[in-house]
Amino acid sequence: MKNLLDKFLKMDRRYIFFLVALGVIIPLIVPIGLPVDITKPVKDVYDAIDSLPEGSYVIISLDYDPATIPELDPMAYAILRHCFRKNLKVITMTLLPAGPGVAEMATKTCAKLENKKYGEDYVFLGYKVGVSAVILGIGEDIRIPFPQDYYGTSIDDLPMMKGYKNYDDTEIVITISGTNVPASWVAYAHQRYHVNVASGVTAVMAADFYPYLQTGQMVGLIGGLKGAAEYEKLVGVPGKAFVGMDAQSIIHSLIIILIIIGNIAYFIVRKSKKEGVG
Amino acid sequence: MKRELPLFICALMGITMIIQYFIPHPYSIKFYQTVIGWFIIIMTFAFVLGIMSIARVHWNKVSRKQKDWFYSLVALISLSVTLFVGFAFGIERGKPFMLIFEYIQVPMESTMFSLLAFYIASAAFRTFRARTFEATLLLIAAVIVMLGRVPIGYMISSKIPAISGWILDIPNLAAKRGIMIGVGLGSISMGLKIILGVERSWLGTIGGE
Amino acid sequence: MRLIWSLVFILMVLTVGSALCTDETPSPPATIVVSDKGSDDGSKLRVEWSPSPDEKSTNPVLRVERYRIMRREIGGQFEEVEEVFVGEGMEKGKYVYIDSNLQLGKRYIYRVYSVSEKDVVSKGYAGGSGVPVANLFNVERLNVLIFIVAFAGLFIYFYRRAKGGVELYVRPIAGLSAVDEAIGRATEMGKPILYISGLSTVDDISTIAAITILGRVARRVAEHETKLIVPNYDPVVMLVEQEVVKQAYLEAGHPDAYSDDIVFYITTRQFSYVAAVDGIMVREKPAANFFMGYYFAESLILAETGAATGAIQIAGTDAVTQLPFFITACDYTLIGEELYAASAYLSKDPLQLGTLKAQDYMKLAIAVIMGIGIITATFGLNWFQRLFVAR
Repeated sequence: MKNLLDKFLKMDRRYIFFLVALGVIIPLIVPIGLPVDITKPVKDVYDAIDSLPEGSYVIISLDYDPATIPELDPMAYAILRHCFRKNLKVITMTLLPAGPGVAEMATKTCAKLENKKYGEDYVFLGYKVGVSAVILGIGEDIRIPFPQDYYGTSIDDLPMMKGYKNYDDTEIVITISGTNVPASWVAYAHQRYHVNVASGVTAVMAADFYPYLQTGQMVGLIGGLKGAAEYEKLVGVPGKAFVGMDAQSIIHSLIIILIIIGNIAYFIVRKSKKEGVG
Repeated sequence: MKRELPLFICALMGITMIIQYFIPHPYSIKFYQTVIGWFIIIMTFAFVLGIMSIARVHWNKVSRKQKDWFYSLVALISLSVTLFVGFAFGIERGKPFMLIFEYIQVPMESTMFSLLAFYIASAAFRTFRARTFEATLLLIAAVIVMLGRVPIGYMISSKIPAISGWILDIPNLAAKRGIMIGVGLGSISMGLKIILGVERSWLGTIGGE
Repeated sequence: MRLIWSLVFILMVLTVGSALCTDETPSPPATIVVSDKGSDDGSKLRVEWSPSPDEKSTNPVLRVERYRIMRREIGGQFEEVEEVFVGEGMEKGKYVYIDSNLQLGKRYIYRVYSVSEKDVVSKGYAGGSGVPVANLFNVERLNVLIFIVAFAGLFIYFYRRAKGGVELYVRPIAGLSAVDEAIGRATEMGKPILYISGLSTVDDISTIAAITILGRVARRVAEHETKLIVPNYDPVVMLVEQEVVKQAYLEAGHPDAYSDDIVFYITTRQFSYVAAVDGIMVREKPAANFFMGYYFAESLILAETGAATGAIQIAGTDAVTQLPFFITACDYTLIGEELYAASAYLSKDPLQLGTLKAQDYMKLAIAVIMGIGIITATFGLNWFQRLFVAR
């Protein structure tokens, strides 16, 4: 028995990888449809956007790259669609060099779904190097970091951008990221220019941003696929996050079960080792 | 002179930027905007140097037929092809550059990120043991937070997401704040050290014993 | 002269304004003051007015619900700027509205009307004018200035003490004591050392700390004539590190051993970078891996792969969320400030140690201030907290 448990504790990690793979694939093929509850930080982001009057300017910085698409795309889509439905004027951009492709795809797809016109309802500014410099630059005048949009059109030639200067004209900045960029938005855009900042981040980074939430430096926070599923539910556009919830529930449960079994086995082995010594 | 000039520029710019922070006058703001512009330009040029670096390293490997030179060849070909299609056909949606991005880059990078789930499961199984009282507390907290972040936790009890929220909001936050204050002070201290020239390792000056 | 002119103008406007007031419309605000906002670039004015006596009227036709602010330039037409609801943005019993995006040195004329619940606008108004002025000091940031001066003062004090030869104690840090052991082991095994300075940029303090430690590590590596691999995430960091490593090899007396292939750039894509570094780990099988600087979700993938190749691993980061992963998969981990202290610790430079001392005292001061803050906030005295709000 002891030897068996010992072997179990030292088992090849590929067996665990195999279990994880099954736990993800099966619920994606056969969905269970677990219910999603709404948490306060997500509701706060929703309310902050929902309460804005039509025509308000919103900056959505899609600061993520292809790697985190599965986790962050669902929340980006839900937020973009929410803003378009509220007829807000949406400015999208990215602060990651690998971001333009992802950001353009999200912006254009959602604009098409909600029948929005480029240059009048939304603009896509693309990428500019230097995170802090770009955020500070927008605070002075958006034309400093972005004299043109992603497609080379001068900012002043876009009807929507006439009369827009800086954060003073912006109701809220929403940053979606798997990196530490949201902290830069708080430090430079909120602290220095007092614009409201909300963010959507990967689950593994979410705990990093809770301090900003409590201090009010962020108006709300969407964490991981679960947060995205909540936002999808609030906006009424169930999408990939909703589907992913089953898989995530199963994987979390699997990890918990593995930890429990691992601990039981560990204690039995340790006890028998002690007895053996005694 | 090779050392003094950069140190002087660094100190001058550092002190000027600190003073600028306290002056709201339009001239001060204009100066600040100019500096931001410079910063963006310098960063962009650094990328060119980066690309030259990666090309040189792999070129050396291929030309000297070093171990695993074939992978370097793949890297060089990928770099050239992507650069070429980007410049030749543009980078809008539907163009070859974006096709490479959507159908090669996106799935490959997502795969790397998804490895995390596998590694976390295996690391948790191998190392998460209730060896001591503190480790047991940590383990219980981890289980509650994990359950609280998914619908199944809510199904077991509606209190689990609330407790999970409390753990993130109170103990997690308190510990994190402590570290953040230290980090903040460390940042200011490092900034002062660089401006005053106490810390010169960024110049390549190592010193010490 | 200009001041007298404005006062006469305000008086005239006030007189005319109140004379027009009749019984059917709500009464306008009694007084108004338009002044420069201060602490700005000369683009803002502060409009301050007292509440209308009809705010508490029982008649809904007269009961004031909001105030309408109108503005014009000399020779221009009045235009509505904003409507402020009753009770909104009040300071010391008066309404305050900050009008922004104005032109420096230009005179602006304001009128504030009362509007009742039934949308009846007061016939009279309170009127005034002002000129925005550019300021040379931002008073709202005085607290930040005091903090910086206090910290710099402490910093210089300990710096001078250290220069004067006073011994300062720094507790031993296990992770740093292991640096030599790791380099020694790599030399014995004839395998390379992998050094990663995080996935952040050069303006991040943890990246600078990682660069500093690299300087020390590179020097020891050069002395032992071991192979060093430094793959980079950021091109600017790469340029700095090339200089640092080159200098380290020079100081160790082995300038010929240095080549630009030691420090090289990979990509700024998070997981492409991870794939490349994992590839290096698997192919080159380094005897020691250093993970210093700032990390994100990739930390565990890097550290687990390194552990699987059997390398001795030393990590150091101020990325709090990633610490558990490094602690799990690495042999030694420097936590938060230990990373910053590493440079002082490894160099044993008394001047650098002095700066650590200044940090400690500042931390003590912050702890005391937080204690006072907790007590005052508990008793509802919020003025103390407001002293520390950074604008």
